[in-house]
Amino acid sequence: MSLALLAWILLFLPLAVAAANQLFVKRTGLAPYLSVASAAATLAISFLLLGKTGSAEFSWAAVEGFSVNLGVTLDKLSTGMMIVVTGVGFLVHVFSLAYMKDDEAKARFFTGLSLFMFSMTGIVLSSNFIMTFIFWELVGLSSYLLIGHWYQKESAADAAKKAFITNRVGDFGFMIGILMLWGITGTLAFGGMHAGVTAFQAAHPAAFACILSVALLFTFCGAVGKSAQFPLHVWLPDAMEGPTPVSALIHAATMVAAGVYMLFRVQLSLDLDPEFLGGLLSSKVIAWTGGITALLAALMATQQDDIKRVLAYSTLSQLGYMVMAVGLVAGEAGMFHLFTHAWFKALLFLGSGAVIFACHHEQDIWKMGGLLKKMPVTGFTFLIGFLALIAVPGTSGFFSKEQILEAALHHEPKLFWIAAIVALLTPFYMTRLFVVAFLGKPRDHGADHAHEVGPLMSLPLIILAVLGLVAGYPFLAAKIAPAYEQPEHLFHFAGLVPMVSLAAVALGVIAGFALYAGKDKDPVSIPLLRERFYIDRFYDNFVVRYFQNGFAAIVHFFDEFLINGVLVGGLSRSAEGFGNLFRRVQSGNLQGYAFAFGLGVLLVIYFTVFF
Amino acid sequence: MATLHQYLLVSGLLFSLGLAGVVLRRNIIIVFMCLELMLSAANLTLIAFSRFHTAGNGLPDPSGQMLVFFVITVAAAEVAVGLAIIVALYRSRQTIHTEDLTSMRG
Repeated sequence: MSLALLAWILLFLPLAVAAANQLFVKRTGLAPYLSVASAAATLAISFLLLGKTGSAEFSWAAVEGFSVNLGVTLDKLSTGMMIVVTGVGFLVHVFSLAYMKDDEAKARFFTGLSLFMFSMTGIVLSSNFIMTFIFWELVGLSSYLLIGHWYQKESAADAAKKAFITNRVGDFGFMIGILMLWGITGTLAFGGMHAGVTAFQAAHPAAFACILSVALLFTFCGAVGKSAQFPLHVWLPDAMEGPTPVSALIHAATMVAAGVYMLFRVQLSLDLDPEFLGGLLSSKVIAWTGGITALLAALMATQQDDIKRVLAYSTLSQLGYMVMAVGLVAGEAGMFHLFTHAWFKALLFLGSGAVIFACHHEQDIWKMGGLLKKMPVTGFTFLIGFLALIAVPGTSGFFSKEQILEAALHHEPKLFWIAAIVALLTPFYMTRLFVVAFLGKPRDHGADHAHEVGPLMSLPLIILAVLGLVAGYPFLAAKIAPAYEQPEHLFHFAGLVPMVSLAAVALGVIAGFALYAGKDKDPVSIPLLRERFYIDRFYDNFVVRYFQNGFAAIVHFFDEFLINGVLVGGLSRSAEGFGNLFRRVQSGNLQGYAFAFGLGVLLVIYFTVFF
Repeated sequence: MATLHQYLLVSGLLFSLGLAGVVLRRNIIIVFMCLELMLSAANLTLIAFSRFHTAGNGLPDPSGQMLVFFVITVAAAEVAVGLAIIVALYRSRQTIHTEDLTSMRG
């Protein structure tokens, strides 16, 4: 089979499965297996396509002189990313088989997962901005559907809406960015951007940097929404209302990384001089946004009690690292971190899913405890994910995080120190999580009666744990990572970066142990961090109240007064008025009619004779 | 001999009388009779026009008289149907007064 055909199958198979699930096999109970089969097939295809290059395209909509194409691009970046998407996707599908076993709407859930796989594949393989944008919205939709899977719960329905609307804010900027880049380069296809941007630079050398900077900033808005960067990060922690496998797949490993992927794809396509790109205002803003997000999220994570929320803030903070790396024109490092992070963060989320499942849907870490003994497989795989996340040497996280720190030190020392503080906070809050939830004694009967989960759940955990350990080594990473460069020096502990990061890990872990070992409730309480810097509250009380409600009032006025009152109601009222008027004529009085008739005849005669 | 004007005057009076009866009287039988009166007024007009519109040979115009025969025939049929309706009406409503028959009021 040709590469193009394989790529098209890779893209459209999940869509076909989602459609089949929804339309035909919904009631048969086969939907989960169909979705798992499709995920397995796409994983196999991804391996077949790995490292291949090529492209295929067809015109989807054409108007005079302009055509919107749907196309697939295969290169190291997209095929490597597909391994991440389908690999994590497949394991999450398998995990979900067990996790969602008793759910009443299994078919809907797996339909959503398949729809998501389709949308995510579209973003990864996309050959132009229009297609990226379409699939960008589609992942938003499937994320919305899956966060709101338990829509009977008000908090889940609200979280789904929040995620969708927050993303909408970012996507508006993204659209402007796409249009600006189109205006600059004259093409929407990634392939033609370099030529277009060079021509524009030659034509307008003075304004070039400024205009490109603005365009890239608007494009970055899309990544701010999708990758949950400050100040649009608020939706991601709330998105934890969705089922845990969804959090692992969409809100940790793949969709939230789409922003980083897109930014890197744009940088690659523009193919500008790195010195010039790094000097642009947009790159600085991107780097600082990433750094600030990483720091704020890590701070917020230290005071969260919900196991999934801790992991969500940790995801935010790691995404901040990646975005920072892209902003520092070290997108390679960012993509490498995306690659390693996907495995161990999916592992942590699935581990937390197993814990939540075993503790009868208890998510408060202070009601857990002693789980390492009760659930050894989950506990030890979680431990591996924890070690990888805090970047202990030898795990995959170490290699990628060190690359980012190197890049930060090289380009912007201030950001390096921010990243170092994050590297200190990460082990601290993760130690807190691990010590409280997995060590000590059970504090609640849910944790007391917890049992190890079945093989459908533990196998994905084990596979992810292995990958979380080894994914950073060149023998694996060189083949499947969506990055072109690999870390050269594997264990090179001299120099500022390794020293700082090792010291940060050691300090963080020791501090975490010292503070939280053997405690039954949180010994520190920092309301500012617990309340997430009051950002959510600010949005609720200010943005939502004044902007959203003000706008809602205007819309309500239009809807109620103009549409309902004047147009719809006005028409019906005038018809009713006329009806009432003519009702009086229908008196039911025989002689009245006769009289009117006679009068009419007289009138007719009068007019015919005298006019 | 009376002139056409006098005939028409009588006919108009008859018609007005009939119309007034139809409009004003409450008993439906009387209303019905007044309707007949109006038809007779029309007949009288037709006959008068026929009489005064001689067609060259001195004879009255036959078409007016023919029309009168038609009117009388139709009127006879109408009386038959109308009286039957009134009888049926009385049977179902026990009244033939028009002010009681207002169930079609809108």
